[in-house]
Amino acid sequence: MIAVDIRKRLLGAQGEFSLEVELHIAQGEFVALFGVSGAGKTTLLRCLAGLAEPDSGVIRVDGQTWSAPQTKLPVQQRRVGYMFQDYGLFPNMTVRGNLEFALRKGTNKQRVSELIEIMALGELQHRKSDSLSGGQQQRVALARTLAAEPRLLLLDEPFSALDHETKLRLQDEVLRLQRHYGLTTIMVSHDVSEVYRLSKRVLILERGRIVADGSPADVFGASQPSGKFSFAGEILAIDAADVVFAVTLLVGNQIVRVIATADEAQRLKPGDRVMLMSKAFNPVLIAC
Amino acid sequence: MGYDWQPLLLTFKLATVTTFILCLIGIPCAWWLAQTRTRFKPVLETLVSMPLVLPPSVLGFYLLLAFSPSHWFGAWMAHIAGLKLVFSFSGLVLASVIFSFPFLVHPVQSGFQSLSPGLSEAAYTLGKSRWQTFLHVLLPNIKPQLLAGVVLAFAHTIGEFGVVLMIGGNMPGQTRVASIAIYDEVEAMNYDAANFYALVLFGVCFTILLAVYLLNKRLVMRVGST
Repeated sequence: MIAVDIRKRLLGAQGEFSLEVELHIAQGEFVALFGVSGAGKTTLLRCLAGLAEPDSGVIRVDGQTWSAPQTKLPVQQRRVGYMFQDYGLFPNMTVRGNLEFALRKGTNKQRVSELIEIMALGELQHRKSDSLSGGQQQRVALARTLAAEPRLLLLDEPFSALDHETKLRLQDEVLRLQRHYGLTTIMVSHDVSEVYRLSKRVLILERGRIVADGSPADVFGASQPSGKFSFAGEILAIDAADVVFAVTLLVGNQIVRVIATADEAQRLKPGDRVMLMSKAFNPVLIAC
Repeated sequence: MGYDWQPLLLTFKLATVTTFILCLIGIPCAWWLAQTRTRFKPVLETLVSMPLVLPPSVLGFYLLLAFSPSHWFGAWMAHIAGLKLVFSFSGLVLASVIFSFPFLVHPVQSGFQSLSPGLSEAAYTLGKSRWQTFLHVLLPNIKPQLLAGVVLAFAHTIGEFGVVLMIGGNMPGQTRVASIAIYDEVEAMNYDAANFYALVLFGVCFTILLAVYLLNKRLVMRVGST
């Protein structure tokens, strides 16, 4: 069980603000930290790992004080598995070397072989880590994190650099390993679909404060299903066509074109972010 | 008139001992400078760099004063370690360490600074101590800069003249290094002997530097291709 009650002053793009978080996380929970860049998500993770120090407050994990005024448990003794945004793999070591280096004293090297097998790294194990692609590095980073037998798993945007397919596969792997080892996990993410797939609980962080805490369905407002579609998109172009205007939008990776009235078109300009909503009277569903 | 190998051997002995001591002191210093946030960092960096710009005679003059038994430092060294620093080999080593310090520290420090802080942090979260991290993660990842630092320091010590002349003098087998011997022979019009020392120094320095460039190219290529 993790109990966090900390404050730390941060400098964001819009000036100073303070990270003020009070939070309880149960053993084995998978929690997502959601929010825009600069909301304090990574700082919260770093405070938990011991890489940053809160200005005040307490962090207790399983009855042990990790951080309190005048007490700080060194990073090395916290046994957190921290997966960094840039992976932090050691370029001088091979894939296997990275994993072996992570082993705790007295751990059987068998664990490395096991992880190599689970993460399908067999073919890569003798390659230097900086010769791998982004997705491969991410897999190695995850395997290395697990090799150290962490008590708490901290993932900082672990799937950000991946293509869609690799992302789905790795997400499944993370979920399986997390359940297998019963690991308490905190993941920073910008991606709603990722949060839905992986976590049972999501915290939304805005300028250092938790503004929502609940299941992804509750927090993202899908608890009462409606017949409406709504998508966030960005306006690429507005063209006049006879009496109406054609607005070209980017929604996800798709470019769509919709009609707008002259009145609407006047209030919009290319580059604006908008919500695109539509009533679904008769949607067509095609399996893909 | 003869010339012998003694000044050359002494030169290489001096350079080897100096480089070895520099590695022991300079590499930790470079690491500390690379990651410290102290307000005094610019002052410390300036001090480290001073030998780059000071005329060797200025440094030699002050070292001569400091090393002299009538000065507290010289007296203290004589008392504590039994070391006589003026006109002796150990004095030359100490002076060379100070004089070649920036040549080792600069490349190594910039090597450490070019490493992502994520590397140390990753090692710490994996339970590794600062020492283990330094030894197994940081040092192996700055090999080209380490090599450059070691070779520059070595080569620079070989080429020293002013400082050695000021505090070492010209004692055969003790402080008469090759660069001094050349000067001495030229003064005595023994051009053959001067030429011998000069040619050997030229050849050795050229070979060392060439080896470094070839090795560095291989290191860089290996990093680039893997």
